[in-house]
Amino acid sequence: MIALAILRRLLVALVTLAGVAVVVFVLLRVVPGDPIAMMISPGASQADIAALRAHYGLDGSLLSQFAVWVRYALRGDFGTSISLHRDVLALLGERLPATLELATAALEFAIVVGGAVAILGAMARRTWLEPVIDTVNGLMLAIPDFVWALALVLAFGVVWPLLPLTGRVDPSVSAGMTTPFYFIESLLRLRFDVFFDLVKHLALPTLALGLPLAAVIARVLKGALNEAMAQDYVLLARLKGMSEVRLVLQEALRNAIGPTLALTGVQFTFLIGGTVIIERIFAYPGIGNMAIEAVINRDLPLIQGLVLVFAVIFILINIAVDLLVALFNPRLRHA
Amino acid sequence: MEVTRRQTLALGAGAFLTDLLTTGAVRAAGKDTLTIAFNVNLPSFDPTDGTSAVNPTIQAIYRSIFDQYIGQAPDLTLKPGILTAWGWNDDKSKLWMDVRPDVKWQDGLPLTPEDVVWSLERAGKKDSANPISFIWSTAGNYKIDGNRVTADAIRYEPTFFMWMAFLTGYVLPKAYYEKVGAEGFEKKPIGSGPYMVDEYQGNAFLRLKANPHYWGDKPAFETVIFKFVPDATTRVAEIESGSSDITLEVPYEEFDRLKKIKGLSGVATPISDIGMIFITNKEPMLDKNVRLAAIMAIDKKAIVERLLHGYGVPIETLEAPEYSAFDPSIKTPYDPKKAMELLAASGYSPEKPVKFTIQTTRGFKPKDYEMIQAIVGMWRKVGIEADIEVYEIAKHFELRTTHKLAPAAFYNWGDAIGDPTTSTGFAMFGPSPHSAFKTDDLDAKIGPLWGEKDEKKRIDGWKAVDAYIAEQGYVIPLLQYVQPIVYKSDHKVTPNKSGALQPTLVSPAT
Repeated sequence: MIALAILRRLLVALVTLAGVAVVVFVLLRVVPGDPIAMMISPGASQADIAALRAHYGLDGSLLSQFAVWVRYALRGDFGTSISLHRDVLALLGERLPATLELATAALEFAIVVGGAVAILGAMARRTWLEPVIDTVNGLMLAIPDFVWALALVLAFGVVWPLLPLTGRVDPSVSAGMTTPFYFIESLLRLRFDVFFDLVKHLALPTLALGLPLAAVIARVLKGALNEAMAQDYVLLARLKGMSEVRLVLQEALRNAIGPTLALTGVQFTFLIGGTVIIERIFAYPGIGNMAIEAVINRDLPLIQGLVLVFAVIFILINIAVDLLVALFNPRLRHA
Repeated sequence: MEVTRRQTLALGAGAFLTDLLTTGAVRAAGKDTLTIAFNVNLPSFDPTDGTSAVNPTIQAIYRSIFDQYIGQAPDLTLKPGILTAWGWNDDKSKLWMDVRPDVKWQDGLPLTPEDVVWSLERAGKKDSANPISFIWSTAGNYKIDGNRVTADAIRYEPTFFMWMAFLTGYVLPKAYYEKVGAEGFEKKPIGSGPYMVDEYQGNAFLRLKANPHYWGDKPAFETVIFKFVPDATTRVAEIESGSSDITLEVPYEEFDRLKKIKGLSGVATPISDIGMIFITNKEPMLDKNVRLAAIMAIDKKAIVERLLHGYGVPIETLEAPEYSAFDPSIKTPYDPKKAMELLAASGYSPEKPVKFTIQTTRGFKPKDYEMIQAIVGMWRKVGIEADIEVYEIAKHFELRTTHKLAPAAFYNWGDAIGDPTTSTGFAMFGPSPHSAFKTDDLDAKIGPLWGEKDEKKRIDGWKAVDAYIAEQGYVIPLLQYVQPIVYKSDHKVTPNKSGALQPTLVSPAT
């Protein structure tokens, strides 16, 4: 039953991806900013310009260009980046793990911190601490990730230079990693020097991305917990003498987690989008940073590949969230 | 002794905190390492192909790894590079060049005249993606005799040897390139320059090591790290925290603040990059009075002083003072009263202004949008009402090559060989895809200068063209940019007029 549902979702995902591919392909060629115009030399004639256009396969009609792109894409060839002169798929394979590491770290941070704040808030309801938590949380919620990033650069880069500001690893030493999955590889190879270095470099971008999401999780989970705490079964448990901590963690949390999970999934997709600007500020070598350069240079094959990767990530996150929500909610599972 | 999972975790956390508190952000790089917080990413290692090949800033990296045919000193003068001597025959129908002996590629193999010829022929192929192929294709039929290479001038190009010290003028290893191909070269590039690639992480850093085979002076630093930090705020933090030794292109107000900090120094030098406003030959710019009024109403000195903190040089033509056709006698003075008179002659006034659109980038160059805002304010006072349209640089290129720019459009123009063909020539000659004001009278004056063999006559000709452009108001030159560099005071930096912050121009202060 579940396998059938997943299969159905995957089929829908394929249709979605095809739609994304068409829309992005057309949009990129319709919006102003011809990549060839950026390469034309001052002494170029119309024939030279036409030759350059042909060199990059941009001389055919929109339909014929799309047909060529689809034909090659189905074989796993997403073309060669105009600005980086490298195979698009290979580039994505190199950079995506860095972004996944960052996004995962930010999500974990947000869940742990947001969850802890929500539980603390639920336990402290109707005390002086509750408005304090709500106010601080509201402040966190109001500040966007890029402002956090700049504040963190100032705080930890200038005032208290404790953490590295840029990059994924220390450039003065060779990490010597053989795969782009540095985190996992460094742990598997017991390279704790590299692992700690990765953690240090991830700290600031993780905070910048994770703090706003933590605030969202804290607010939604706290609201759901407060609602659950007013239910009859919680009252009954309290009358039986269950402690406040156990009431929240054992009784209320289980029922409150469903809506929080669904919202976290949606917010996580925004977080992935947020990596674009955060990676730029912290000079972090993921696909977000690469996306900005690709757009500036009108690197059409690379933009096309990047958008598809983002689309795949979003689709997979949505499927994963739906499955998790169903797992926590028996009614949905049986439906 | 058995260690529990909790103890293992505690040990790990303890080790991490100890590492964090003892090393912090600033890992003590040795004195033989230079760390540069660089403002742009390196998209490609091929210095002869694509858009990155014509980015003047990136030349700092290319010049570290590769050698140019001809070297360029920080004051833009030419000096021997891979070629020790070069020249034309008397009637300029042939050219010759002597290749430096005993130069080795970074893999230890010798650099030969065959490499030089192969590089030149590859660059000149019409179907190549070399943006400067229009120059390289003007010579052909190369012959090698010992260390001397000769060629026929297919068309006499007076700037041929100047380009050998500028964009795409690099010698690449024939045998290695043919063996590994373009993609292999991107993965592991080899040059003959002072440094060789040790490790590269796109959008993060490039680490270079001194080339033991280098023919020139030994570089001052054994290791050079380019950190790619496009965000200016982060670059400021990099230098302020001590994580980098040197950085460039920080906001001018930050430059003034940083250079006062103990342990930091700063140098600001005019470079071969200018800010200008293209005028397009469409209404209302077909009216000479409007064009000249638009020029006379701009107080360039005030813009430099107030917006750029004094870091800029007002210019009257597209030739900066360091360029060979710079003529200080050409003046386009700030004269708002005269501007109003000219507009009145065409029926315009502050009450009945002439209206058009001006396009500009925002954040592409320092204070670009703010400068245009200030100019629009100055224009308003004399009877010009301009709407500002912000566009991306990619759109600017497309509009310019299709001749669809607005009547006025802000842009910056680089010319690190300092020759008038590369500034006034390409920006103003009608058939050039980069010109905006296309007019037969100007083309008739520029046309004969392209192949002029008498150098004095050629330069004088360009000066006359610049004077004519100023008289007709075909373009609005604004200012020469100044490049701010901040560095640790225990370093010595030689500013480069080309704007390329080359590691070989940095050394320990002692």
